[in-house]
Amino acid sequence: MTALDSLRETFRRDQVFDFMRQGTRPVLPGQVDAGKNILYLEDITVSFDGFKALNDLTLYIKTGELRCIIGPNGAGKSTMMDVITGKTRPDSGTCFFGQTLDLTRMSETDIATAGIGRKFQKPTVFPEHTAFENLELAMNAPKGAWHSLFSQLSGEQRDWIEQTLATVGLLDDRDKVAGLLSHGQKQWLEIGMVLMQKPQLLLVDEPIAGMTRQEVERTGELLKSLAGEHSVVVVEHDMEFIRSIASTVTVLHQGSVLAEGTMQQVQNDPKVIEVYLGE
Amino acid sequence: MRHSTFKTALTDRTARHFIGVLFAATLLAVLCNQLFPADSALHVSSYTITLMGKYLCYALLALALDLVWGYCGILSLGHGAFFALGGYAMGMYLMRQIGDRGVYGNPTLPDFMVFLNWKELPWYWHGVDHFWFAALLILLVPGLLAFVFGWLAFRSRVTGVYLSIITQALTYALMLAFFRNELGFGGNNGLTDFKDLLGFSLQADSTRVGLLIASAVALAVAFVLCRWITGSKLGRVVLAVRDAESRARFVGYRTEHYKLWVFTVSAILAGIAGALYVPQVGIINPGEFSPLNSIELVVWVAVGGRATLYGAVIGAIVVNYGKTVFTGLMPEAWLFALGGLFVLVTVFMPQGLTGVVQQNWPKLKARLSRNTDQETSNDCA
Amino acid sequence: MGHRICRLAFALLLPWLCSLAWAEAPKNSTTIESATTADPAPRDLHTILQPLTERSFDKKEAAIRQLAEQDSPRVVPLLNALMDRDLLHWKDQDRIVLGKKVDGDWQLYDPVTEQPLARVGRRDARAVVINNHLRTVINNQLALRSLNSKNSDERYQAANQLIGNLDPDMLAALSQRREVETRSRVLDEITTALNIAALHSDDLTTRLNAIDALGSDLHPTVKNTLNQVLRQSDSEVEKAAARKSIDRIEARIERFQTADTIFFGLSLGSVLLLAAIGLAITFGVMGVINMAHGELIMLGAYTTYVVQQLLPDSHEWSLIIAIPAAFLVSGLVGILIERFVIRYLYGRPLETLLATFGVSLILQQAVRVIFSPLNRTVVTPDWMSGAWQINPVFSLTFNRLYIIFFALTVFLALLTLLKKTRLGLQVRAVSQNRNTARALGIRSERVNALTFGLGSGIAGIAGVALAQLTNVGPNLGQSYIIDSFMVVVFGGVGNLWGTLTAAFGLGIANKFLEPVAGAVLAKIVVLVFIILFIQRKPRGLFPQRGRAAEE
Repeated sequence: MTALDSLRETFRRDQVFDFMRQGTRPVLPGQVDAGKNILYLEDITVSFDGFKALNDLTLYIKTGELRCIIGPNGAGKSTMMDVITGKTRPDSGTCFFGQTLDLTRMSETDIATAGIGRKFQKPTVFPEHTAFENLELAMNAPKGAWHSLFSQLSGEQRDWIEQTLATVGLLDDRDKVAGLLSHGQKQWLEIGMVLMQKPQLLLVDEPIAGMTRQEVERTGELLKSLAGEHSVVVVEHDMEFIRSIASTVTVLHQGSVLAEGTMQQVQNDPKVIEVYLGE
Repeated sequence: MRHSTFKTALTDRTARHFIGVLFAATLLAVLCNQLFPADSALHVSSYTITLMGKYLCYALLALALDLVWGYCGILSLGHGAFFALGGYAMGMYLMRQIGDRGVYGNPTLPDFMVFLNWKELPWYWHGVDHFWFAALLILLVPGLLAFVFGWLAFRSRVTGVYLSIITQALTYALMLAFFRNELGFGGNNGLTDFKDLLGFSLQADSTRVGLLIASAVALAVAFVLCRWITGSKLGRVVLAVRDAESRARFVGYRTEHYKLWVFTVSAILAGIAGALYVPQVGIINPGEFSPLNSIELVVWVAVGGRATLYGAVIGAIVVNYGKTVFTGLMPEAWLFALGGLFVLVTVFMPQGLTGVVQQNWPKLKARLSRNTDQETSNDCA
Repeated sequence: MGHRICRLAFALLLPWLCSLAWAEAPKNSTTIESATTADPAPRDLHTILQPLTERSFDKKEAAIRQLAEQDSPRVVPLLNALMDRDLLHWKDQDRIVLGKKVDGDWQLYDPVTEQPLARVGRRDARAVVINNHLRTVINNQLALRSLNSKNSDERYQAANQLIGNLDPDMLAALSQRREVETRSRVLDEITTALNIAALHSDDLTTRLNAIDALGSDLHPTVKNTLNQVLRQSDSEVEKAAARKSIDRIEARIERFQTADTIFFGLSLGSVLLLAAIGLAITFGVMGVINMAHGELIMLGAYTTYVVQQLLPDSHEWSLIIAIPAAFLVSGLVGILIERFVIRYLYGRPLETLLATFGVSLILQQAVRVIFSPLNRTVVTPDWMSGAWQINPVFSLTFNRLYIIFFALTVFLALLTLLKKTRLGLQVRAVSQNRNTARALGIRSERVNALTFGLGSGIAGIAGVALAQLTNVGPNLGQSYIIDSFMVVVFGGVGNLWGTLTAAFGLGIANKFLEPVAGAVLAKIVVLVFIILFIQRKPRGLFPQRGRAAEE
């Protein structure tokens, strides 16, 4: 029986031999073989000492889509991001970027190079570098050590950085050390860094915390404008904000998908109401 | 925005000042040593020349540590090991240069091997009688050890305190190993009784002066190299790794490669420092591997101030000068002073001497300019 | 999973060692001591000694045998004196006396009462001359007396000495004794002696039986004798039997040597455990790197020394006083370090490492100035010296045995403290989340100081134990600090059970490597192993998982 199983495994139709598989090494950015969907999460389970942070999570993100993910605390939103970006390895399940890249077998670096950018919940920038340098470091360019030693910024690259600085409203603070920026500015800077990576897929974790009303609107605009060319996944608590940008909303609860649909549909879903409002 | 190449690093202001001061001091000492007779008040003794050479080697070692600790956040408690390995490579060359002038007069075997009744040279002692090969070893052995060790450590993301402790274990293990006679490096006594280097007698004053100048040049070149590295994009990535490693990873940098790169370069610099150190002090023994040495080195950098490069150099010279003075005047008190230094610097002066100066510089400047302002206004009145 | 297996393995190991030991212990502990010396009518010892003045060795022998049969406490001293040539023939009085050389003259004493008699010239008295035959006779008689002594230890010694003795009288005495002996320990020795004698019998079957019976005997003479048989015997059957018995003996010796190595490993492990366990608290629970930990151990050792100096008359008990004293001294110093240095450095582990290293230098130098750089020796109390001799190849020294139990006691006490008391709860709360704990009203400052004091105090206790094993010097702590860190890191930071397993694991591994590689190389191998291990599993054997561990 087991021999039969392993034979079956060897000759599975959806899979070539292990050693021929792509995906253990990253391809260059832009080579993601994205079809209709760009991200496939299937049956992902992650447990910490018996506690299941993700429980058989299955989720697909369409190419060019703007997807919002909501859910109460502990629903597994951040863990899901961790799995996608390679920070956490799932206990079981598959996670493919495009058709060929198996994210569960790639390092964080390879995943970032392959075209997934992430903005963290707590803004993480390089505190001792200026805003300009932060963007320069994040820029989509060769990232080897020897290359960095000899690298010089070209005029085009400089323009591009400055353009991005303008986009995130930090042109005036370009030479300010990032550690001294306000919370909102750090959020913007991090978004700018993610943009500089030219990712295919953006993961944005609570982007508007600490922002003013106006900034929130601008963030919404920015995210909406990004969708289409990029695929964007936004995790947020603020329902107002989500309503203003959302096309499709996914509700996570206890590590798996509870509901999916437009904001309208989700809000009227009795299961969602129960989870959010209690009995 | 600093975007340095080796050339800009050579010509930037800090480097110019540093090299200027370094060479001026060296030249002054050398001239005073050579021009004035021994009984003159201005004479600098050969002992002082050698002492200065020693300090410069320590400064180079401190520079190497600052590169990994100050810029990359890797607190290595085993950098003394790379220093000692460089020193041993040089010591092996010097040992072979003794030839048949040793106590036992054996033309190929160093004295300690004759003493241990060894019949032939161990394989790893072959070739070190050529200077170029020894020089290669000085660069390769510490570099290779750092590369292998770093590759294992950084790849599996050993960081922070754990890394510090295993680097300490590394130098401790090496110390135990080098204490063994069977290893073929002279055991307890190490390598000593050197006669000459490239044909110049190590006892001669001119050789000592030459070694001092060589140390100064090595330090200057290393300084410029470090300026270049830290000013380049690589330096900025390294700094980013120090401050937010996981962010750097999510931006797409292989942080372990960067760490490994810096760690290896730093180890090679430490090895060069050791190689210059050994002919000046005339001995290398396993004591150099002692964890205490490595950790003392850390305090030089901490006293001088991290992540400034020149701070490390200043720290190394200040602390070692203090050590020379203290051990001369009241030897018992030195360890108290050193211990106190560790505590005071970490608790009250985390930025070190240069940090204190830098913090107070604007105030100082303001006070100075206010004084001049007042003077001018007084003048007007 | 691995966790449990290791714990289980350890739990099984100890009883096994104990059972090995037990198997060798007396099987019958009833103490029926019987003296079965045939007691002829007591005669005046002087009269019995008189023939020794004669020249004839035969007469002397008769006198010796007669003397040995007497039931007098003077018999053994007199026989010994005869052996040592202290028994003299006083020519003037023509009698046997005891003599001692004083300034070239003889001071004479009465052989029975030991009263001083006179002082005579060098030539006026002469030592009684004995030959080798008489020496053997005296030795045998002495052994015979001890063999029938009331004291079982003496009987054991005697029987042990008679192993390999082929004198028919002795064998007869041994056989006789075998009938009445109750102590299994003595009985075993007698049996061995008789079996060895039986090897020289003319009867092949007797010899074969004896060879077989000796097959599990660890007495060194047995193996030698069997080897002799192997070389000299003409009979193939006998040779085969001898070889088989030798193999059995060797296998048994090997087993005991393994047990011995494990014992030594356990004792090294418990030293490591004691040294590392305080560190496990300060490093594991509080996240503080205390490089001065070794010096706190050293302070404990010096406290032991000072307590002994203060109580010069009661070495036996000063150790008991030293334990709490060392705990207090090191604990207080630890609290001072925490209050004046570490407090400012929480959350900056690398800086803590440097600052505490500075403290360690200061402490070391202070000790050098106060006590001199030379090593001090701590006297080991009598109840800790000596060994539990289980059989000729396996003995457990008491000091190591005590240290193993001591280390385990300290470990369990600490575990209980952390798991069951309020302080323990607070410590765990603070270590998991300082801010939340503070918000809940835990005075985290106080908890920090106490925890640090606790870890330091345990280091002091470790110092008391170490003082029994090594010299007390200023560098005592330094040699343990790296090992202790290795233990904590290897076991998994913040996991006391991990520390226990790592300490014993490394201790035993070290002792097994030592005979193969030498002590220094063994240490290097272990260090390199740990360096590689940490790189494979950066969080140690028993890592903490979950969100908290990610930080």
